[in-house]
Amino acid sequence: MSIKKVSKDQPDKFKFNNQNLNLANKIILNYPSGKKKSAVMALLYIAQKQNDNWIPLAAMKYIAKFLDISYINVYEVATFYSMYNLKPVGKYYVQICTTTPCMIRGAYKLVDICKKNISEKENELSSNKNCSWTEVECLGACISAPMAQINDDYYEDLNMKQFENIIKDILKDKKPKPGSYRGRLNSEPEKNRKTLLENKNA
Amino acid sequence: MLKVKVNDIDIEVEEGLTILQACEIAGFEIPRFCYHEKLSIAGNCRMCLVEIEKSKKPVASCAMQVTEGMNIKTNTSFVEKARKGVMEFLLANHPLDCPVCDQGGECDLQDQSMFYGIDKSRYKENKRFVPEKYMGPLIKTQMTRCIHCTRCVRFVREVAGVPEIGAIGRGEDMQITTYLEKAMESELSANVIDLCPVGALTSKPYVFEARPWELKKTESIDVMDAVGSNIRVDTYGWEVKRILPKINEEINEEWISDKTRYSCDGLKYQRLDTPYVKKENKFKKVSWLEAFEILKNKMNLTNPEKIAGLTGDLTNMETLFASKELFSKILKSKDLESREKNIYINLSNRKNYLFNSEIKGIEKSDLILLIGTNPRHEATMLNARIRKSFLKNNTEIFSLEDLGDLTYPYKILTNTTEEVKKIIENNSEISNKVKNAKYPMVIFGETALNLSSSKYMFEGLKKFLTKNNKINEEWNAINVLPLNASAIGSYDLDIVCKTNDTLEKIKNNFFELIFLFGQDNFSFNKKNEFIVYIGSHGDKGAEMADLVLPGAAFTEQDGSFTNLEGKLQRAFKASYPPGEAKEDWVIINEISKLTGKESLFKDKNELSNAMNSYISSNKKNDNSNLFKEDFIKEKISTLPIDYYHSNVIARSSKTMNECRSIRTRLKKTGTEG
Repeated sequence: MSIKKVSKDQPDKFKFNNQNLNLANKIILNYPSGKKKSAVMALLYIAQKQNDNWIPLAAMKYIAKFLDISYINVYEVATFYSMYNLKPVGKYYVQICTTTPCMIRGAYKLVDICKKNISEKENELSSNKNCSWTEVECLGACISAPMAQINDDYYEDLNMKQFENIIKDILKDKKPKPGSYRGRLNSEPEKNRKTLLENKNA
Repeated sequence: MLKVKVNDIDIEVEEGLTILQACEIAGFEIPRFCYHEKLSIAGNCRMCLVEIEKSKKPVASCAMQVTEGMNIKTNTSFVEKARKGVMEFLLANHPLDCPVCDQGGECDLQDQSMFYGIDKSRYKENKRFVPEKYMGPLIKTQMTRCIHCTRCVRFVREVAGVPEIGAIGRGEDMQITTYLEKAMESELSANVIDLCPVGALTSKPYVFEARPWELKKTESIDVMDAVGSNIRVDTYGWEVKRILPKINEEINEEWISDKTRYSCDGLKYQRLDTPYVKKENKFKKVSWLEAFEILKNKMNLTNPEKIAGLTGDLTNMETLFASKELFSKILKSKDLESREKNIYINLSNRKNYLFNSEIKGIEKSDLILLIGTNPRHEATMLNARIRKSFLKNNTEIFSLEDLGDLTYPYKILTNTTEEVKKIIENNSEISNKVKNAKYPMVIFGETALNLSSSKYMFEGLKKFLTKNNKINEEWNAINVLPLNASAIGSYDLDIVCKTNDTLEKIKNNFFELIFLFGQDNFSFNKKNEFIVYIGSHGDKGAEMADLVLPGAAFTEQDGSFTNLEGKLQRAFKASYPPGEAKEDWVIINEISKLTGKESLFKDKNELSNAMNSYISSNKKNDNSNLFKEDFIKEKISTLPIDYYHSNVIARSSKTMNECRSIRTRLKKTGTEG
């Protein structure tokens, strides 16, 4: 992974909305007095969620002032971690797991769908600017492979057609239903199987 | 005390020391890049690996404390192999561009790779490239050379107190940079150049100027402020190429301010190299003989009481003493003045004008009160100590006014003399805090001493502190922070007009002949006076002069300076005066000959001896109480000093001009937030 570059288009201002302001103040209370700078990572994450999944420089400055630390301290943290996005990634940020179990179950077919529908390259905005995709390492949902994460939700047990519909929905700014696309609840066995007794090859 | 063995030598060390320090006590040097005595421990370069008995792995000695009975080995093949491995990794991405690198010859990596480097590189892959970063007009970067020791990051956060450098990204892609590549806003920023163990951060004004082994190194004393930082002047022929800090734990530790370091190019420009005389408002070159002839006529025509003299801010004590002798013995005039303003100075006791708590004493102080001073600009090194004290003891710091960012937090009181009156009269919470503090400090700036009620404030606070036993054998809480390098020296030599009216009389155009010994900061409306300027630079003083006698700058003559704590220090001659210019004392000596008598001094030795005996015989220990209730309510607002332009050398320096324009531009656009 090469160094993360900040976006050239930067908004002038950033401010937490009321709800996030309350949340931020609550997070700061988790730390001893005088140590509120420890909240920097949580606050960056809140800012990222508020600002369509990416952190502008204005937000870093805002957080630095919020926590009484220097700009570079926030900048260091934001550039260090790969899950902070410093460029616009769209309102719907699609992360496709391509680690071994998902790869075996056809993760690269999902990648091809993204290339076809969203953008040719990773981390590039779709033509209507509300969506981008990236490959990521294991998201810990191997039992429901292949899968993708869109913003905070997991979309599991996907096949190509379902995934294409999901992508088409989000491009139209509609949020599809998260969870398993084969009707499973969490990671329960399929067809209501409780034991492996009747399965000969188990 | 712990008993440890280093390479089979038994030593006893204090508890809490690191293995590296223990090895150093035993006399074994450990190679290191990231470790630095004055900074926090990072432990990320891994160059200081040593072997410890019963430990299978080599240990980073800078980050591990010694324990009882430890058997440390630093010269085994195991250690050498480990260090060679580390060096190979460090060199994997380091460009081998020593021939075009300014650090060459004084590079830690170069030196240590002579011991631990291997002759061939096994690294076949492409080397990492890192784009250059802009860090202001003083620091040139070549970040491909960086080995990520993070000394610069720790320095700006801990010592300079301006957290503007950081490491962005991670792993191999980590890069050292300032926030969005802005110039650093610190007066100590250039110290990172000395700290950088490789050529990643080098000096921009000195780029490709010289190699370290070509330079002549002379020990000297800085004259940019009254702190008297110890410096090393590096010269190539006549030219001063650079100025570096010299370690003095009691004064500047191992740092110097940017102005000290980079005003040296001001020694090249605007220099006076031949005598000039003003005729019809134009300066005309003349020979020394002609110049002295003109001066002789003028001196013979002028009544002694119509002669005055002003000494300058960069003048060394030998010149000060020579001019004092000239005035008292030859010219018979009493009007010789070293101050630029009529600031209150009580010469009856040396303790009345010194920084009595001493710079080292700041470290143990637990309360500091600033009255009419901005230490960040007036004495940068002293400010760094205050920050150190704040970090160490959480010192409470109060200032009468808002001074902007001082690199440490301080509480702002009201900026009137009434606030001081309340403290003196024991009516303020500060009075109680001072009484309860073990080592309180009150620091008077020249602004405070220039007020009408300065005598009331100074003597009143002195009385208050004495009464509460804060001025005793062990600790003296009252401190004066002068602005000029020559200030304490001239007070020691009593170059202060007894009647306190010389400056007034000059402004009222009372005198007919005025000597300016390197005085460039005093201006008045000139009428018919004949002004003689003796100094090094063509600046404000020379501009109004009728006769200009070219003198030497502080690097071009041996001289003594007494710093604000009262320490007498010697500055040695590193270069020689340009053209026909002469050392200042020689000029004064020759002026003394003009009146037909013998010269004042036979040689420089005689001058130094006379000066030393004057100082040692001049016992100043009058403790009389001068406190009087002559209070006037006034506003105290510290005069902002033009940091990068505070004296002739700095004003002539191109580097300082650049720094100044960047700083003012930053302020204008308000890009800071």
